[in-house]
Amino acid sequence: MASEMVLSKRLKNPGGAWFDAYVADGGYAAAKKVLTAMTPAQVIDEINKANLRGLGGAGFPTGKKWSFIPKDSPKPKYLVVNADEGEPGTFKDRYLLERDPHALIEGMLIAAYSIGCHKAYVYIRGEYIEPYRRFVRAIEEARKKGWIGEAVQGKWDWEVTVHRGAGAYICGEETALLSSLEGGKGFPRLKPPFPAISGLFASPTIVNNVETLCCVPPIIRNGAEWFAKIGTPKQGGTRLFSLSGHVEKPGLYEAPVSVTLRQLIEQQGGGVRGGKKLKAVVPGGISAKILTAAEIDVAMDFDSLTAAGTMAGSAGVIVMDESTCMVKALLTAAKFFAHESCGQCSPCREGPGRLYKIIQRVAAGQGRRQDLDVLLAVAGNMEGKTICVFADAAAWPIQSYIRKFRSEFEHHVETGTCELGHAYAHH
Amino acid sequence: MFDSKQFEKDAAEIMARYDQKKAATLPLLHLVQEKIGYIPPEGEQWVSEKVGVAIVHIREVVSFYTMFRTKAIGKHHIQVCTNLPCVLRGAEQVMAYLKERLGIDAGQTTPDGKFTLSSVECLCACEIAPMCQVNDRYIGPLDRAAVDKLLQDCV
Repeated sequence: MASEMVLSKRLKNPGGAWFDAYVADGGYAAAKKVLTAMTPAQVIDEINKANLRGLGGAGFPTGKKWSFIPKDSPKPKYLVVNADEGEPGTFKDRYLLERDPHALIEGMLIAAYSIGCHKAYVYIRGEYIEPYRRFVRAIEEARKKGWIGEAVQGKWDWEVTVHRGAGAYICGEETALLSSLEGGKGFPRLKPPFPAISGLFASPTIVNNVETLCCVPPIIRNGAEWFAKIGTPKQGGTRLFSLSGHVEKPGLYEAPVSVTLRQLIEQQGGGVRGGKKLKAVVPGGISAKILTAAEIDVAMDFDSLTAAGTMAGSAGVIVMDESTCMVKALLTAAKFFAHESCGQCSPCREGPGRLYKIIQRVAAGQGRRQDLDVLLAVAGNMEGKTICVFADAAAWPIQSYIRKFRSEFEHHVETGTCELGHAYAHH
Repeated sequence: MFDSKQFEKDAAEIMARYDQKKAATLPLLHLVQEKIGYIPPEGEQWVSEKVGVAIVHIREVVSFYTMFRTKAIGKHHIQVCTNLPCVLRGAEQVMAYLKERLGIDAGQTTPDGKFTLSSVECLCACEIAPMCQVNDRYIGPLDRAAVDKLLQDCV
C-alpha cells in the first residue's frame, strides 16, 4: 500500500510542513508545469481523467465542478476552500492544514488558474486556532517566495485571504459557508443557482474541500492515470480515513478508496479495543447511516457505500464495540443535531429538538410504547423538506439505529432499563 | 470602557483583505473578543459602523455562533467535547471529574474567575478522544490523571 500513498507520506513528517521541505519533496513543480505549459482546459481534462471526487463528503466530480464556471461572466470568479471541518468523527483536514499547508496552497493555485480566479478565500473553523496559525505562516512563506501575489511564474495574479469561522457546524455546508463568509448567519441557500453560477458576492464560485485540493498537485505531477488506477473505475485515488471510537489505534489512515471497512478496522485500526466484539460502525461521519458488524465487508468508495444504504461522507469511521448502548449512542447524535440546526426551515428547526427530547425520555427509562414509531415518523417528515441536507442527516441516524437495533430500543421502552447497564447522563 | 483606539490599525488591515466590507464582520468580532475578552454592546456598535450593517444584524451574528460571547469568562476556558467519538471513550467520566474538581457545572465559571467549564460538540480531534480545548490548545486523551495535570498546568 505504501507505493499508493498520495497525501499521508508528508503528513508523517511534522517537520516537513514548511516551504523548503515541501520544495525538496517536489512541491510546486506541478503548479509550475500548469502555469507554464498547460491551458486551463487541459488541467480540467486531467482532473476529470483522474476521477477525483469531492472529498468533503458529497463526492461530486471535481473537474466537472470546475468546468461549470461560466467563461463569459464579467464578474470576478472566486475559489473558496472549505476548511470548516466539523463532521463528528472526522479530523483529516486538520492534519493537512497543520502538516502540509503548501500542498493546499499549490492545489489552490492550480484550481484558481483553471477556473480563472484571482482571489481565493480559505474558511477555517474557528476552533482550529493552531491549524489557522500554521496555515497563515505557510501563506506568508508562499507570498515571500513568489507563489502568491502578482505574476506568479510570470503568468498569474492571485491573492489569498484566510478567514476564521466562529463555531457553527452548518457552515460546512457550502452555501451556508458562503453566507457566513459574507458576514451573516450561516444560513444555507436554495440551489439553483449553484455557487458556480452565483456564489460568493453573487459571483461565480467554486467551493472545494481541503483534501480534494491537496490531491491536485500529485495528480498533475504523476499523471491522471496513476491517480485513477489507485481507486475504482469511478473514483480515483485514496482517502484519509479518520478512525475513532473503540479501535485499538485511533488515528488518521490513508488507503485506496477500494479498501473495505473491515480492513480499515482490523488492519489500520488494530482491531476492536480490548479484543471485544464489534457491534456497529458509522462509516462516514455521524450523519451516515450506521452499519452492523455483519455489514463491514464493503468498499469505502462513494458508490459502494451508497449501494450499501449509507454514505462515504467525510470518511470519519466511528467504531462501537459490544458494550455500546445504542440508545445512548443515538442520544449523543441527536443532541448534536438538535444543537446545530440553523433554524431556517421549520421541519429542521422543530424536528431535531423534538427527536432529542423523545430519545432523552427513552434513555432515562421513561419511554412510551409509541415513542419509537413517533421517532421514525418525525425523522421521515424531515427528510427532503428543507433547503439543505442537514435535516436529512439528522434523520438518518434515528432511522438506521432504530431499524437495525430495534430490540435494544424496545427493551429500554418496555423495562425502563439498559441491558448493558448504562446510566443516562445529561450534559 | 470600550476603546477601539488600540485596535483600529488591526481593523483596517483586516478590512483590506475582503472584497466587500460586510465580509469583515466575523473577523472584526473575533478582534473585539480577542482584545476585550468578550463582545460588549459597544463592540457590536463599532463593528456595525465599520461594516455598514445595522446593529441588529451584528447582534444576530453574535448570537448565531457559539464562539462569540457577550460576557466575560474565566481565565482558562475548558471546553469538553461531549460528542459521540469522545463519549465512546469516556467523555462523561471526564466531564464528571472536572465538575467535581472545579466545583461547578458545565456553563459556569469558578468564583475566583480562573476556570470556565463548557460542554461542546465535536472539535474534530477524535484520535485523542476523550479530549478538550483549553483556550487555544487541544488536549487529550484525558483520564483523571490527565485532568489533574491539565488543572495543575493552568495554576
